[in-house]
Amino acid sequence: MTEHIPILIVAIPMVTAICLPLVARLSPGAARAVDISGYIAVCVITVMALVRVLDTGPWHYELGGWPPPWGIEYVVDPLSGGMAVLVAFMGLLVSVYADSQRRQLPAWRSGVYDSLFMLLFSGLLGIILAGDLFNLYVFLEISSLAAYGLLSAGGNRAIVATFRYLLLGTIAATFYLLGVGYLYALTGTLNMADVTSQLPAIVGTAPFGVAVTLIVLGLAIKMAVFPLHAWQPDAYAYAPPPVTGFIAAVMSKVSAYALLRVLFFVLGAEGAAGAVIDIMGWVAVVGAVAASVMAVAQTDVRRMLAYSSVSQMGYILIGFSISNAHALTGALLLIVNHAVMKGCLFLAMGSVVWRTRAVTVDELAGMSRRLPWTMAAFTVAAISMVGFPPTAGFFSKWYLLQGAVEADAWVFAVALIVSSLLSAFYFLRAIERIYFAPVQDTHVRRARVFEVPVGMLVPVVVLGITVLLLGLFNRAIVTGVIEAALPEL
Amino acid sequence: MDRPLLAILVSLLAAVVIRLIGDRPAARETCTFVAAVVKFALVASMLPIILGGGTLESEPLGLVPGLTLHLRVDALGLLFALVASALWIVTSIYSVGYLRAGNYPNQTGYFASFAVCLSATIGIAFAGNLPTFFVFYEMLTLATYPLVAHNRTDAAIAGGRTYLVYTLIAGQALLIATVWASTLAPGEGFQPGGFLPADAGAGVLLPLFALFIVGVGVKAAVMPLHGWLPAAMVAPTPVSALLHAVAVVKAGVFGILRVVGYVFGVDLLRTIGAADVLAAVAAVTILLASVRALSETNLKRRLAYSTIGQLSYIVLGAALGSVAAVAGAMFYIAAHAFMKITLFFVAGSLYVEKHRDKVTQLAGMAREMPITMTAFAVGASGLAGIPLFVGFVGKWNLALGAIDAGRTIFVFVLVTSGLLNLAYFYPIVHDAFFGKPEAPAGGEARWTMAVPLTITALVSITLGLAPDLGFGFFTLAWQAAESVATGGGGVP
Repeated sequence: MTEHIPILIVAIPMVTAICLPLVARLSPGAARAVDISGYIAVCVITVMALVRVLDTGPWHYELGGWPPPWGIEYVVDPLSGGMAVLVAFMGLLVSVYADSQRRQLPAWRSGVYDSLFMLLFSGLLGIILAGDLFNLYVFLEISSLAAYGLLSAGGNRAIVATFRYLLLGTIAATFYLLGVGYLYALTGTLNMADVTSQLPAIVGTAPFGVAVTLIVLGLAIKMAVFPLHAWQPDAYAYAPPPVTGFIAAVMSKVSAYALLRVLFFVLGAEGAAGAVIDIMGWVAVVGAVAASVMAVAQTDVRRMLAYSSVSQMGYILIGFSISNAHALTGALLLIVNHAVMKGCLFLAMGSVVWRTRAVTVDELAGMSRRLPWTMAAFTVAAISMVGFPPTAGFFSKWYLLQGAVEADAWVFAVALIVSSLLSAFYFLRAIERIYFAPVQDTHVRRARVFEVPVGMLVPVVVLGITVLLLGLFNRAIVTGVIEAALPEL
Repeated sequence: MDRPLLAILVSLLAAVVIRLIGDRPAARETCTFVAAVVKFALVASMLPIILGGGTLESEPLGLVPGLTLHLRVDALGLLFALVASALWIVTSIYSVGYLRAGNYPNQTGYFASFAVCLSATIGIAFAGNLPTFFVFYEMLTLATYPLVAHNRTDAAIAGGRTYLVYTLIAGQALLIATVWASTLAPGEGFQPGGFLPADAGAGVLLPLFALFIVGVGVKAAVMPLHGWLPAAMVAPTPVSALLHAVAVVKAGVFGILRVVGYVFGVDLLRTIGAADVLAAVAAVTILLASVRALSETNLKRRLAYSTIGQLSYIVLGAALGSVAAVAGAMFYIAAHAFMKITLFFVAGSLYVEKHRDKVTQLAGMAREMPITMTAFAVGASGLAGIPLFVGFVGKWNLALGAIDAGRTIFVFVLVTSGLLNLAYFYPIVHDAFFGKPEAPAGGEARWTMAVPLTITALVSITLGLAPDLGFGFFTLAWQAAESVATGGGGVP
């Protein structure tokens, strides 16, 4: 059985997704059991896969026994294995979190909701493990379609926001597909390793440049990198909190992963995509700062968090663009850290909305006395976003800065600093309201109730603690996984 | 056992326990007090080793490659840690009296944050390399913030914001500088005489030094980076006393001493011409802050400006770079701490017991509170540099050092500053002892406040007569200064 783990990582959630609506009709309780055991199973096998890969090197799985480049290939290497563990971990926590909210839905709807969540989960894992460029596209679309469905579940404003996302997301996917088409025309293959082997013949030709540009553009829209982020703040703000929590935490990160995979593993950092990477870096510098400025201007906390994500995506791209060992380590570490931090922040904010209907920074006043544990986790994650030691965020920032200084990329270093000062401004403003402002009566509903249901509290607190642990013990991640996952420079 | 690490962790643990204890004053205060005593005992137990010329290291904790948390106790670090942890005990007693007298809310948060601050301070003192220093430096910033804004009034929150704006920007400058230095000399820890390669050239070293000075200069309140300190005086007085006269601001000047003596090295700074600039900035700060203090009528704010001026004595000593000057500067960390905390304790007693916070309201106060006002007179005399008080010892060495360094002009700066100190302190003392009381009523402050300030005043006199008594502050300072000058004497 274990030799089929790479396909099982994708197949288990996909099969579960198909079964869930049916099971939910028969028995909501059974559906919940199936749902949660799906996530647990994926968590377990992704960890198993990662452990094996770290031990014995990349694991190429040929689907149906057809060897590449003709057959479809799934690849687990330290990079994709690590990403899969991250996604599985977040998926499990969010599904626990979503449980309390889902119970309010009628059984059949909750079945569909769970099913879409599973499908999204499956699609993201597929993107991570895909060993060929077209399969990556297929999973990109699977995850996107599931995401559209989930995001639109937040009411009328969410439907409008999702429709915008659908338009842009479709354009993005089309860009990506066109780029892959060009590559296919040039090389006659879709398998990543095979494309890499044929690179010397095509690098520098005009169609190759078009292909790279289209692929980067497509993935950058999915990542919501400035200035291609317009769809993202509304979509995040109005969606149901668990959906935002999951999508904000991992979906853009998976797109970042795909970009890294294509640029550094398929096309190779040096030469092939050099110009695109340089331009991307400068755009990212502007984006990291501009998005922080926009985050400062927000009153709705969820939109503020969304812009903060745009800014952090800029950090990741800055790391890609500097592309020395330290900067790439920083970018990869930030992918992990940001998933945990932003997941924590959005889920905590979801709890606030759920309990008090507060959505603006001002309405957070006195929230530390209403939701002390949730707000403690929120604060830890926010401090980590700013990059204070010894939280997780500090270490990714340290690496990125070290990379920038080593490369004499002072503009990049200054952009990182300015952006994190701005993030200090908007996060500490919120923290000040949460802890120092008096409790506002307007948002007190059911004042005697303690916090939120345990199912919502535990994932948030676990994520908050994870932020600290990732900081204190990031050595294990960096030396154990990330160093093995770095592309050869 | 790993004593340096334990000394840091003990108050961190105390913070957690205090949080868990919650609103039970006796238990909470006992916990603080026990932690303070244990911490001081741990720090003091390292003294024989350091005085014997050795150092104490804890196992480097490799957070990530290139970023190692490394604790190493040397003479300078121990000096700072001794002062901070000794004064924490005193301040803990004082805090109890002050917060009860002023009926302050949210005391759990207060004591917990205070404990975290002390952990960070000791971490700064024992940091063996720049990344470690930075980690604790930022921790101190964050832990102090809730204390500054403790009163939750608009003024307190505004003061907290000002504090954050200054310290956060400085923290980022320090971060860049730390990263840069780590790139120039990977994996190096603090070394007496500096570790940066001289061949990096002035074009790299000057901007790097500027970043460092901005980074640590904000907490050291070097002008023009001092604006947060008077604003932070909205904090409860024990906070102003221990943090804004001892721990936080001393962390800043301690950082300057580290950067000058242990990162760059005095000679390298002379070569690139940065030392004289720093000395000039310090001299200007000394004089301007003293002049500014003259016109301040709020007692705590006057003390804040006095602190700004006095801190730059230490900066000046570091910039001058001769052994006597550096030793004087290091000794002044201890000297100023005992004197200034006495004055703040007095100001706090006057505020919560008599509701007076202006220098003009103190006429005849010595009749009501003879002990308290005598302590004030002692602290003020010491700060003015009158012989037989502890301030004189530091100042004398600074002046000697200025002459050694061939910068005689700074002797005049020190003398002028001493006169200005007299000018802004003497009227207070005179009023208190010889002025006519408005309405004679009441008596001394409660013992929890009167005893701590008596202790610190007595220490100010004792150390003036015998600078080495007890914990060998003077020897520690000389030992550290000599190692800086010779580039490693006694420290591997």
